[in-house]
Amino acid sequence: MIDAIRGALDDALAADPAVCVLGEDVSVGGPFGATKDLVERYGEGRIRNTPISEGTVVGLAVGAALAGLRPVVEVMFVDFITLAMDQLVNHAAKLHYMSGGQLRVPLTIRVQGGAVGAMGAHHSQSLEAWFLHVPGLKVVAPSTPADARGLLLAAIRDDDPVVYLEHRGLYWNRGEVDGAAETRLGQAAIRRAGADVTIVAWSRMVATALEAAATLAGEGVEAEVIDARSLVPLDLETIVGSARRTGRLVVVHEAVERGGVGAEIAAAMSAALPGALQAPVGRVGAPFAPVPASAELEALYVPSVERIVEAVRRTVGTATAPVA
Amino acid sequence: MLPRLATSLLVQQLRTMIRIRRFEEALIRLAGEHDVGHFHVYIGQETTGVPALALLEEGDVSYTTHRNHGHLIARGVDPARMLAEILGKSTGTNKGKGGTLHLASTEHGFPTTSSSVGGPLPIAVGSGYALKERGLDRVSVCLFGDGALEEGAWHEAINIAAVWNLPVVFLCENNSLEALGQKANEYPSSTLAAQRLTDLVRPFKVDASAVDGSDVAAVHREMRRAVRRARSGKGPSFIETWTVRWPGSRPIWPQLVTGETDLAFGWDAARIPDAHADWFGRQDGLLRFLRELLAEQRITREEVLDIDRAARAEMAAAVRFALDSPYPAPEEALEDVFA
Repeated sequence: MIDAIRGALDDALAADPAVCVLGEDVSVGGPFGATKDLVERYGEGRIRNTPISEGTVVGLAVGAALAGLRPVVEVMFVDFITLAMDQLVNHAAKLHYMSGGQLRVPLTIRVQGGAVGAMGAHHSQSLEAWFLHVPGLKVVAPSTPADARGLLLAAIRDDDPVVYLEHRGLYWNRGEVDGAAETRLGQAAIRRAGADVTIVAWSRMVATALEAAATLAGEGVEAEVIDARSLVPLDLETIVGSARRTGRLVVVHEAVERGGVGAEIAAAMSAALPGALQAPVGRVGAPFAPVPASAELEALYVPSVERIVEAVRRTVGTATAPVA
Repeated sequence: MLPRLATSLLVQQLRTMIRIRRFEEALIRLAGEHDVGHFHVYIGQETTGVPALALLEEGDVSYTTHRNHGHLIARGVDPARMLAEILGKSTGTNKGKGGTLHLASTEHGFPTTSSSVGGPLPIAVGSGYALKERGLDRVSVCLFGDGALEEGAWHEAINIAAVWNLPVVFLCENNSLEALGQKANEYPSSTLAAQRLTDLVRPFKVDASAVDGSDVAAVHREMRRAVRRARSGKGPSFIETWTVRWPGSRPIWPQLVTGETDLAFGWDAARIPDAHADWFGRQDGLLRFLRELLAEQRITREEVLDIDRAARAEMAAAVRFALDSPYPAPEEALEDVFA
């Protein structure tokens, strides 16, 4: 997947001279190699190492976007985007609106996160719910190398600020990458068809949900697994359509369950399908605790195949009478 | 001392200053009758923004913070559309969705006003990077108050501007002299440990100067140098301009405590009321500039009064335009969330 990200950056830089890459250590490839060798091809002007100044670097990218560039800024760990919230929330997200449509902020913010590698509470979070809450930000979270490429190309071409969420645990996954495909923002993908229950997930949790679906199939429960992949805009139509068919929905995310995107999807579902679901929407997320550093505890913290299977069993086993 | 500029240009600057003064006075009066919300006025700082921004050209960009009205007028934005914006009307510069704190006019090189005090600093540096990267000899100017230097963004932004040698001018309008909350004999303020604002610049090896912001010649000189440095690839500059805060800005809500400025104070000191003798006699940069122009016979009293009449009429019309303009339609609240 990391190669798909690098390839998309390479192609975007080649296709449009306005594209530039900014971030800590990007000219030496970044910590995981997403920007490897780009500086040799595009020079230090366009592939710019920045100081460890997350807030100002995001603001810098906003200012560059306002003055004719199409920056891709990398914040090394999503945990440190906290330092850039003024620029992200008060400026990038709102400038188009506050200016009465005069300004456009064609900006992509690449960040990686996820609880993997026992890196502790400052290097492991999943913060998508924060971004989802801010009008003006688009949010995507690919689960496959093909979408890593497709969504990144789409994000860079988009005229709005897009938060592009990578999961460190997916970087070394392999998969087919269609050399040209762009993945339209706001379009979910059905990764597995099933008639009994709908599971919605994104990023690393798609694979965990697919594993759970395989286990459930052995029990005679056919789960439909939807990769939301674009959280803003969210493809509610696909999710609602699936849940209408299956009558049951479980949302799975690695982020903390409380106040998470699962709650938003559950609420949207109850509004879209009043009385049509056979059971309350199930949610599987991390517990209400910071990510623990100990590998043993981290493994317990991240939603597992077993937890998803349990949640689906509860949903499927619940009374068949419609729930309001 | 006047800047070495053609008389017509100096008179043009005086006209802009008078227009700004009358704009702000009209706004304060308007706020007494209508719900305008919170706003900040530029009275007393005209001699900084006007000569400084007069040096910008098309394609140069400028960013500012909450004390922004004078900056926009100085770059040619229509006061009527600004007032409409401040009142939240659909004819405003931002269609009524920005307000005083986010006034913007891209066609005049003012992408945005940020009201998070250090907010525009990184953005201005980013635009400087883009202008340089695109091979343009344009300048990005960031206007801010001394309070912005208390934000961490300041340190980060000037560092990047310096390391990347960007065409950025940091214009710090220090209006803290005699400001609210400042203890006696403390400079620049009671909330900053640095003894001088330029001390916060020197470690970055950025060209730094501090001038009297009511001295148009000094502002012009330093800004011209900074803009030339930026255009010729010599990197960023920092200029601190000192001004005394207008007494009417001391309360949280601006009040016309000094009344409307009588421009005749510029040639008839006997008319200056005792209550504001320091302000009108020494501190108000607009009157100082007017006295300098009169002393060098670059303008006559009659011409000044003509300019003033025109400015008052313009602002009266702007107020009418703003009041008569419609509010945005309800559905417009949901437009332009995304591009």
